[in-house]
Amino acid sequence: MTLLDHVPSEAQLRRSAYRRRQTVHSVLVAAFSTAALGTLLVIAVTGAPGWDRVRRSFLDPQIARDALPTVLSGLWLNVRLLVCCAVGALLLGLVIAVLRTLRGPVFFPVRALAAGYTYTFRGLPLIIVLYLLTLGVPGLRLQGMPPVLVLGGIALVLTYGGYLAEVFRAGIESVHSSQLAAARSLGLTYRQTMRHVVLPQAVRRVAPPLLNDVVALQKDVGLVSLAGPIDAVRAAQIATAQTFNYTPYIVAGVLFVLLAIPLIAVTDWVTLRAARRQSGG
Amino acid sequence: MASRSRPLALTLAGAVVVATAGCAPQDEKPTPTVTAASSCAKDSLPTRTPGKLTIATDQPAYEPWFSDDKPDNGEGFESAVAYAVAEKLGYTRADVTWIRVKFDTAIAPGPKDFDFDINQFSITEERKRAVDFSAPYYLVRQTVIALKSSKIAGRTSLAELRDARLGAQVGTTSYQAITDVIKPTAKPQVYNSNDDAKKALQNGQLDGLVVDLPTAFYITGAEITDATIVGQVPQVGTPEAFGLLLDKNSPLTSCVSGAVGQLTTAGTLKELEQKWLAQVAGAAELR
Repeated sequence: MTLLDHVPSEAQLRRSAYRRRQTVHSVLVAAFSTAALGTLLVIAVTGAPGWDRVRRSFLDPQIARDALPTVLSGLWLNVRLLVCCAVGALLLGLVIAVLRTLRGPVFFPVRALAAGYTYTFRGLPLIIVLYLLTLGVPGLRLQGMPPVLVLGGIALVLTYGGYLAEVFRAGIESVHSSQLAAARSLGLTYRQTMRHVVLPQAVRRVAPPLLNDVVALQKDVGLVSLAGPIDAVRAAQIATAQTFNYTPYIVAGVLFVLLAIPLIAVTDWVTLRAARRQSGG
Repeated sequence: MASRSRPLALTLAGAVVVATAGCAPQDEKPTPTVTAASSCAKDSLPTRTPGKLTIATDQPAYEPWFSDDKPDNGEGFESAVAYAVAEKLGYTRADVTWIRVKFDTAIAPGPKDFDFDINQFSITEERKRAVDFSAPYYLVRQTVIALKSSKIAGRTSLAELRDARLGAQVGTTSYQAITDVIKPTAKPQVYNSNDDAKKALQNGQLDGLVVDLPTAFYITGAEITDATIVGQVPQVGTPEAFGLLLDKNSPLTSCVSGAVGQLTTAGTLKELEQKWLAQVAGAAELR
């Protein structure tokens, strides 16, 4: 309005009007299709002949309230175990990856051992590792046997360390060999090259898949419950057995999603930032 | 259920329905009247062999339910119960004949060679479609077992188990017995199966394991021989109930059930349980 000298042409006005109409049109279409799909889903689910029974046995608010405290106290175990195991598995994975990428014939046995480890523990089902460590190892009855939670944590670290080592190795190998050559020609030792040139780039590149594995670990830590401790899912199972109502599982499921959201958000943010940096140079 | 036209039998059958459906000790159930007892008199009972009572069990018959695999010696809980029921029905020890029938054969539908079978049969709706059950003569109790080297071996009261690390299978009455009755200070350990729990007990990761009494006898007798029964926990939850098994729609069901009911009311079954399971088999009661 202040720019009085600017008068949009007839054609410009027509174009703006057309664009506005188009925008309104798209919004309406999107709203309509979303509403249609939503209605369809609601009708399909709530209209199903067994909906009442399903709602009673999976979505009972009273049972959800009753189960919440025990499921929450179970979840606390998951959280503690997750933090310890994530740190342990990341460290172990990094060490194994560095060992596996060592050059020179003298390191062959180290490389072979590291490769053997990743082959074994990526192939071995987690449950079997857990059984071996939590029910097998205590059978040795050695002095100073750690508690079952520590043993279960070791099983998780061993298994996830295998996956994470491969992710780290992919990152290390993605750093172009010309950079290594450049670093060495500047007089950096192998250790310095790794520390200052290779690893910073490698870790940054593989951060999204690393965090992805941590999210997966979050759901798997609960498996230590097979050795006795009560995690969130086990607490839900116990509550379910007492009431013959599956609502506690839904409670545990919702809590797990809530727990995963921050981690997934961080993963997305890191991925986005990495993509921006790489395209921005 | 037996569907005879005689009203007294019907009344009895009704009492049986109530008793089995309730699955609880018949504390104040009306005792069968004298006339009812007379309709269940020895002479009028249509047993396999008139004047004789044919009782079946499996071979081998295990301790402590039987003794020395000899059901006719009257020793062991189930042998004693069988003779008590026979006596209530008016049969002397000499009138009782034992035969051996496999567990699975007995619960399968089809004609039976016995008047009743006593072999730790749990009463279930599913089985009731194929066979008849008497009123329960035994309600399964939860039991704490421990390694002989465990700190809780030899303890005698529930209070003494407070500081124990106890475990049970998930979703069982055994777990309920820990959380509702024993209430230990340490969190109970929960396992997917009794096999995992037994391993943990053997490893010394648990001080004690809670299982039902028949399982406790089996574990301590055959599977983990260096384990021992600490004691029985007071009844909790909806216990499994053992009943005498009869042919489907057997004319004897109501009379046998009535006899079991009378034995429960008179406290005879409680005494037998105390004698053969708690004292002889060493599963003392924890109080």
